Amino acid sequence: MSTESSAAIGSVEGVSLYDVDHPAPVIEPPRKRTGKTPKGSRTNFEMYAWLFMRLSGIVLVVLVLGHLLIQLVLDGGVSKIGFAFVAGRWASPFWQVWDLAMLWLAMLHGANGLRTVINDYAERDNTRFWLKMLLYTATVFTVLLGTLVIFTFDPNIR
Amino acid sequence: MATPILDKVEADSAASPYITVTLRIRRFNPEVSDEAQWQDFQISIDPKERVLDALHKVKWETDGTLTFRRSCAHGICGSDAMRINGKNRLACKTLIKDISPEKPITIEAIKGLTVLKDLVVDMEPFFQAYRDVMPFLITKGNEPTRERLQSAEDRERFDDTTKCILCAACTSSCPVFWNDGQYFGPAAIVNAHRFIFDSRDEGGEQRLEILNDRDGVWRCRTTFNCTDACPRGIEVTKAIQEVKRALITRRF
Repeated sequence: MSTESSAAIGSVEGVSLYDVDHPAPVIEPPRKRTGKTPKGSRTNFEMYAWLFMRLSGIVLVVLVLGHLLIQLVLDGGVSKIGFAFVAGRWASPFWQVWDLAMLWLAMLHGANGLRTVINDYAERDNTRFWLKMLLYTATVFTVLLGTLVIFTFDPNIR
Repeated sequence: MATPILDKVEADSAASPYITVTLRIRRFNPEVSDEAQWQDFQISIDPKERVLDALHKVKWETDGTLTFRRSCAHGICGSDAMRINGKNRLACKTLIKDISPEKPITIEAIKGLTVLKDLVVDMEPFFQAYRDVMPFLITKGNEPTRERLQSAEDRERFDDTTKCILCAACTSSCPVFWNDGQYFGPAAIVNAHRFIFDSRDEGGEQRLEILNDRDGVWRCRTTFNCTDACPRGIEVTKAIQEVKRALITRRF
């Protein structure tokens, strides 16, 4: 739009593109607030999302650090990990719940974080929408696939 | 004509406090060019003077087209917030000696708002956010026949946020606001806080509901840019966190 109008002015004015009657376009800030800005959605979603980030963060510190410790440090470290090790751990409901909680919390925590990043940085509504759709699809797919594997894991599979 | 008085003046000027300062000002004039550019001005000024005095010196003595806002020039009206050496400040409260005058002093318009000319920005989105939080006393019932009294403790509760002069230094230092103007911004939240925690006001619930929105307090990332920028020393981030806490404790 700006190139179009400046070209039109240029043909009239010759040397200087802009003068008092034809000022240059100013740079508008992204998504500026006007009187027409829609009023609130009146839901508590943003508050719950904010709270979830704090609470899941605390739980994830325990879950992830514990996970890393068991997988990489204790009892032989990373070299012990194999199909048999995973099968042995998932035989116990405790580790199933641990891994399930870690999967869900980490995925939702990360997805919500990325959602706020997209909200902060995507300028056009279309970009915003499609980035979020991509994010939600990836999240749902990963969470469902992971849950399926944890619940239907068969140690005797060949 | 060499009166003793003139001699004294000459002796004083020999020990001149004046130093030479380079002002590097970001100029934009849509009637000349669509691009902003930095322009240097060399001026001789007492380092105990303020940046606003330096700007006046340039405007009055060197280049009358330099455009900026100022009204009271004493830190009350909030007209002359600008980005000085990369930090939002009031030009009328910043002394030259405090901002390393041996190096060029960069002065530009505050960010996140449309630059109209040189240091003048369109404040309308900022004031729209201010209006949207209803910054006025809301009460129910009949008007009392005398003042609405309040205890000193109740007044103290929101004392910090009454100091706001709406200069936009905080809002235009907020990275969330730079990227998305739909965010209310610190200044609007501070002015909502001023009424939410006022014991005489009865519209707190409405304001909390407005700030509970997608573009309300939950978009604050607590980067503390606003607290750093506030020329009145308001603890802006703390005020925003207090609104968040009020929203959470209201629900649970």
